Amino acid sequence: MDLKYSAEYEAFREEVKAFLENNWPLKGEEAKLRRHQQQALFRQRAVEVGYLYRSVPRQFGGSEQPADVLKGQIIREEFGRVRAPVELPGVGTAMLVPTLLQCGSDWQKEYFIPKTLSGEYLWAQGYSEPNAGSDLASVKTRAELKDGKWLINGQKIWSTLAQYARFMFVMVRSEPNAEPRHAGLSYILVDLKQPGVTIRPLKQITGGEEFCEVFFDNAETPEDWIVGKPGEGWAVSKATLSHERSALGGASGSVSLFEKLVALAKSVEINGEPAIVDPTIRRRLAVLDGYVSSHLYSSYRQLSMSVNQQDPGLVTSMNKLISTNIGHDVARLARDLIGDDLMLSPPQDRKKEDGNEKWINQFIGSLGIAIAGGTSNIQRNVIAERGLGLPRE
Amino acid sequence: MNFLLSQEQVEIQRAIAGFLSKSCPSTTLHEIYDREEPYEPSIWQGLIELGVGALIVPEAFGGLGMEMIDLALISEVLGANAAPVPLLGHALVTLAIMHGGSDDQKANWLPKLAAGEVVATVAFDEGGQTWLPEQWRLSSSTRLSGRKRFVPHGMQANLILVGLSGGGFALVDASAEGLSRCAQDGIDRTRPVAEFVFDQVVADPLPGAEGLAEKVRDAALVLLAADSFGGASRAVESAVSYATIREQFGQPIGRFQGLKHQLVNTAVEVEPSRGLYWFAAHAFDHIAGKAEHAAALAKAHLCDRYLQTARDTVEAHGGIGYTWECDVQIYVKRAMFNFAFMGQPAVHFDRAADLAGW
Repeated sequence: MDLKYSAEYEAFREEVKAFLENNWPLKGEEAKLRRHQQQALFRQRAVEVGYLYRSVPRQFGGSEQPADVLKGQIIREEFGRVRAPVELPGVGTAMLVPTLLQCGSDWQKEYFIPKTLSGEYLWAQGYSEPNAGSDLASVKTRAELKDGKWLINGQKIWSTLAQYARFMFVMVRSEPNAEPRHAGLSYILVDLKQPGVTIRPLKQITGGEEFCEVFFDNAETPEDWIVGKPGEGWAVSKATLSHERSALGGASGSVSLFEKLVALAKSVEINGEPAIVDPTIRRRLAVLDGYVSSHLYSSYRQLSMSVNQQDPGLVTSMNKLISTNIGHDVARLARDLIGDDLMLSPPQDRKKEDGNEKWINQFIGSLGIAIAGGTSNIQRNVIAERGLGLPRE
Repeated sequence: MNFLLSQEQVEIQRAIAGFLSKSCPSTTLHEIYDREEPYEPSIWQGLIELGVGALIVPEAFGGLGMEMIDLALISEVLGANAAPVPLLGHALVTLAIMHGGSDDQKANWLPKLAAGEVVATVAFDEGGQTWLPEQWRLSSSTRLSGRKRFVPHGMQANLILVGLSGGGFALVDASAEGLSRCAQDGIDRTRPVAEFVFDQVVADPLPGAEGLAEKVRDAALVLLAADSFGGASRAVESAVSYATIREQFGQPIGRFQGLKHQLVNTAVEVEPSRGLYWFAAHAFDHIAGKAEHAAALAKAHLCDRYLQTARDTVEAHGGIGYTWECDVQIYVKRAMFNFAFMGQPAVHFDRAADLAGW
């Protein structure tokens, strides 16, 4: 057991640090560019030296590096330290690109991946329907092949930021008579900018509008915009979902959330004194620290095991539920720390001058984490059946 | 970075587990548990033969010169099997002599500890939850008078490490004149406790060293945390396995989502936390600045979770879980010991908060 990095990796860390020192923030004339232009320029340079999109081949705009989880970890740590732009967030880079790399055809990779990585193509996810939530295999949206085109009819829901997206990867029923149900599904790509598509943002519990309903009314997509073969959609989507789950389950997110909570406890007062000196608050923070530290060391262990081609077992299926539980605990403590600000509405756009009411976004948003990407109860079913080996219902 | 056990460490854990499954299976454990004096020297002797007694003893004194993480990994296996052996006292006495004994004391005791020729234990608590070095009041002198309680394996031990005021230590022979020992009716019969009354007892003080008492305290916290992880994991396994065998309404009860989710919630409380004791044990030898905090947090979190887990698994077993013959009762009681010994979780959560620098 050794928590230090070896000389080879410490040398790599120094390389990354030197790169960041020279390249972020941008200097001179480049510093006058608009924020998103600066970020794009920086990302391009970080890709050139091999620090971003490491698993994506060069020809598709990635940096094509051999898989090395430790290097990945060092890059995350060092980029985070100086708040340098990391890989673009969103379902396009996190879900579609890995799926195409695994299951896509050559032209699909060439056509979609580079512009997705650069941020030119934004994607929405089209899995859930009003009657297909946790039970994804019951998807009803139909796709029929007619005159060399897929004709799509139906409705998707909970598509994050679809109102800004150019394309959607959609789970459709293309083989209506197939048994079992999931053998009738296909994974197709659809251009959302067409007359047959209507997008309606849903106002959510926080007051924001991140999710959309998307209606398909004889929408069209070319025959070869299918990923995998007709009827393989279930398997194709599985590759994608496991990607999303590991991203949502990250322990580093729990650690930084906890650090923000400690900072909050230092900045607010209880009975005229900083809350952080209140014995009850200190005890509750320490109890939470027990969970957060467990999650962190557990992620070290999982990281080390995957480096050494070992299977961490049961705990990998637990990561999302653990992060979710920590989010709930943070929400309860934050609730008590912000006092009467609990009665305020949360700010919709992050600004530096936001008061403690910004914690309302976490207080309510932690519920969203418990639902998105597989609800906590679905997670419990998966842990019970695949992790603990209990009989299926 | 390599937060991983070595092949050797995995094999040691496997060897200890294999030995215990042969020498102390459930039926034997219950038989020992129900004895008037719940102790079976042959099990401890078997562990000594596997090198457990010599593990952290320096090679110069006939030991294996290994680290706290190795000892903690063994402690996890002992916890998983609720092994009725005096490892805790043995380890703490060994450490105290290694780091704070005189040359003579080291030469005299360490080889005997390594070879299992003495059964050693620690006498810390003086009543009213006085587990920590700064709370000890027994005066430091060559003649001891006063009282110590909850001495694990106190009736079986022949070498006692006594905690003294100011965080000092002295060694006492269990047969010394003026020492009266009385078995307490302890709930955890895998680690029976005794009360000691000292009346002008001749003692051999350790010269001590900077931070010795804190080191011994932290070792105790790490070992209790490791034992708790092992016990809690086994309790969960046991409940899961029962849920797959026990049938009601014509099917295994583990198929019902209500129980399934309860079992998952319990498992999620336990499985991720092994790294907490790994890190604390690793920090004990390698990261001085984090050792105290890590030990406090590991003890607080894991002993707290163990007791709750054990209680939950009783419920998951239904009526059978509430019986004396069910293994789970033994784990509940071992968890109760781990919860209170060396101070309750609340004490160590508060220490962890202070040590975190908040």
